[in-house]
Amino acid sequence: MTYRYARRYAHLVTMPSSVPAYGAEAAARLASMADATASDAALRRFLHGLPGVDAVGLQARAATLGTRSIKTTAKAYAIDLAISMIDLTTLEGADTPGKVRALCAKGVHPDPTDRSVPEVAAICVYPDMVATAKDALLQGGGAEVRVASVATAFPAGRAALPVKLADTRDAVAAGADEIDMVIDRGAFLSGRYLEVFDEIRAVKEACAREGGPAAHLKVIFETGELQTYDNVRRASWLAMLAGADFIKTSTGKVAVNATPPVTLLMLEAVRDFRAATGVQVGVKPAGGIRTTKDAIKYLVMVNETLGEDWLTADWFRFGASSLLNDLLMQRQKLDTGRYSGPDYVTVD
Amino acid sequence: MAFEYAPAPESRAVVDIAPSYGLFIDGEFGEATGGKVFKTLSPSSEEVLSEVAHASAEDVDRAVAAARGAFGTWSALPGAERAKYLFRIARIIQERSRELAVLESLDNGKPIRESRDADLPLVAAHFFYYAGWADKLDHAGYGPDPKPLGVAGQVIPWNFPLLMLAWKIAPALACGNTVVLKPAETTPLSALFFAGICRQAGLPRGVVNIVTGDGSTGAELVAHPGIDKVAFTGSTEVGKAIARTVAGTDKRLTLELGGKAANIVFDDAPIDQAVEGVVNGIFFNQGHVCCAGSRLLVQESVQEELLDALKRRMATLRVGDPLDKNTDIGAINSAEQLARIKELADSGEAEGAERWAPACELPSAGYWFAPTLFTGVTQAHRIAREEIFGPVLSVLTFRTPEEAVAKANNTPYGLSAGIWTEKGSRILWMASKLRAGVIWSNTFNKFDPASPFGGYKESGFGREGGRHGLEAYLNV
Repeated sequence: MTYRYARRYAHLVTMPSSVPAYGAEAAARLASMADATASDAALRRFLHGLPGVDAVGLQARAATLGTRSIKTTAKAYAIDLAISMIDLTTLEGADTPGKVRALCAKGVHPDPTDRSVPEVAAICVYPDMVATAKDALLQGGGAEVRVASVATAFPAGRAALPVKLADTRDAVAAGADEIDMVIDRGAFLSGRYLEVFDEIRAVKEACAREGGPAAHLKVIFETGELQTYDNVRRASWLAMLAGADFIKTSTGKVAVNATPPVTLLMLEAVRDFRAATGVQVGVKPAGGIRTTKDAIKYLVMVNETLGEDWLTADWFRFGASSLLNDLLMQRQKLDTGRYSGPDYVTVD
Repeated sequence: MAFEYAPAPESRAVVDIAPSYGLFIDGEFGEATGGKVFKTLSPSSEEVLSEVAHASAEDVDRAVAAARGAFGTWSALPGAERAKYLFRIARIIQERSRELAVLESLDNGKPIRESRDADLPLVAAHFFYYAGWADKLDHAGYGPDPKPLGVAGQVIPWNFPLLMLAWKIAPALACGNTVVLKPAETTPLSALFFAGICRQAGLPRGVVNIVTGDGSTGAELVAHPGIDKVAFTGSTEVGKAIARTVAGTDKRLTLELGGKAANIVFDDAPIDQAVEGVVNGIFFNQGHVCCAGSRLLVQESVQEELLDALKRRMATLRVGDPLDKNTDIGAINSAEQLARIKELADSGEAEGAERWAPACELPSAGYWFAPTLFTGVTQAHRIAREEIFGPVLSVLTFRTPEEAVAKANNTPYGLSAGIWTEKGSRILWMASKLRAGVIWSNTFNKFDPASPFGGYKESGFGREGGRHGLEAYLNV
């Protein structure tokens, strides 16, 4: 099985419209790709058979999309869309239940003075804060806001597999709707692709919940550590073949986090993956996205690379914390014509 | 609800276009002898932007005389002094770049994103680059103390009005020549604004003269016995006529003419970037680019994949108001050019190629042509041989590298080519076989003042840009 073969095959079989990666039908679709992941050698052949990435061209395309000028009604639409796509995040050693509760309240009503502001997509915390967040959201009228938990020895991913699985199960048991796992970058960079693949599969299984829906799995690559764009494309396909519901750029804990070119490349990967398998996967850039201007650039990339199908919180997220306040200030500016300032948004 | 971009027009208020413009001769604007004028339109709306003087033979004569008069003093200036003027011009262009970009988009029809991000930065860069050479000509490789030629008669096209002016004027002045420049009939305004910049920079009178008019004015200029050098960028047909005019005189000649470049995509190419390169190659500036990658040669094994991706990408191109900051493809420059594009596209269909264009709504006023691609094109089709100079891409296929080279070279032109492959050795092998003046690999339409540009065969001769570009303006 090669990438080209998979694409051609996809053209031949009549595939009903795409299915979500977290749905029941996705497993059967992925099973059709089983021979690509049958052995380490097969997986290597598949990943290295993916089309290469020209760094200069990729960066140039991302930069050009960054020059789109989004004004007035389009800006208002983009701001609300961006707010609804935020995984409002706090991942500090110093996190307290109080801070998590405050974040949850903010996630449900981002602007206390304006109830027309949409709620965020999720609150993202460490596993030990999942129960607190879940509780705060339920009590605060935010039942629709999801709780995402990082797991698998976040952010370094340096622990034995049983520890990572226990970490995941713990978060799921506490009520996490989504799990943000990190891949083993050491294994990936040394070419042990099947090991990474098996680990993602195992974590996906650990996301199952007895008597309830499984937690959705986001797979973090830490693209700042993968070094090359070719690696990012390979990691994307590897994770999607292993059953990732979302692919995510970064932990936010290293020097280089989400960048427009890396995110564009991952958008291209989910587009091609759906064309080849019929399975739709989401994308989450995280880390370093702080301004409305930045967020809109990302939405423009989604719009012009993937289109409407991905322009909802089901398929695109921002991993961010300070971004929300800037979006709120820009929203107030559009409404009133004046900049309000940081005193008119809540500090976290 | 879909993400629709609201209109984001660049303000027209930044540019003040006068109702009429005269000729710029000997540092002064003045009417044409006989008072003849012509109108210049905005091709996106057919609105008349201004009335421009139409130079007569007498006016061309005055302009050449003014340039001759200024030559002695200008060429005697130390290079460092000439450089000061050029640096000053470059800085003024940068300072006024927003105004000039809007003007260029209005008069030419190109999208503001391109005039702002491509044309104007390159214009300034060209003046900066050649300003740097002015006092270093001894070290350019043309012997000690190389001399200028004298008066240069320069005729430029309408596709990059200000950039082509920069390519002509900057090296000419750096080397100590004086110039008479004729901008294209449909895009005279930015050259006239440039005349104003020369005054603003305090350039001595007569060093730069701008005569506006149609083809007859250009013919008067190149035939004028008082000029020492002819530089022309434009169609091969006119280039040949100029070569005939100049033959038998001691005028130096450089020609930068048409092209029918092949963009060659191998099966191991970075597909997403290749698609971007193909789109940029043919749809940049509405395809009004002499080095446009108007023939796509794609390896059979990736034909389907590449064409799917290309069509998907073409469907996202935004065609419309050139002043909207989100426009990718603007207006065709003139009714005449639009008719030519239509005629050639129709011939493609008539000869059996398959035509495809994304659904796109074109404005009712002005001159527009949707981005179009033809598949099933053979070497024998007119759309594979003739320069369309519009947003029309002809797709051909090949199986082996040898076949790609043979097809790419099978054209009377030889201006540029593109190679898309991740295999470095193949890039080098292909580059050594392709008969084209510029070969891009894994990119397309990249310009830099330090890089020489010019063609083989019917694409012309002489090089512009870089150290090589000095030779055309030095007596060596």
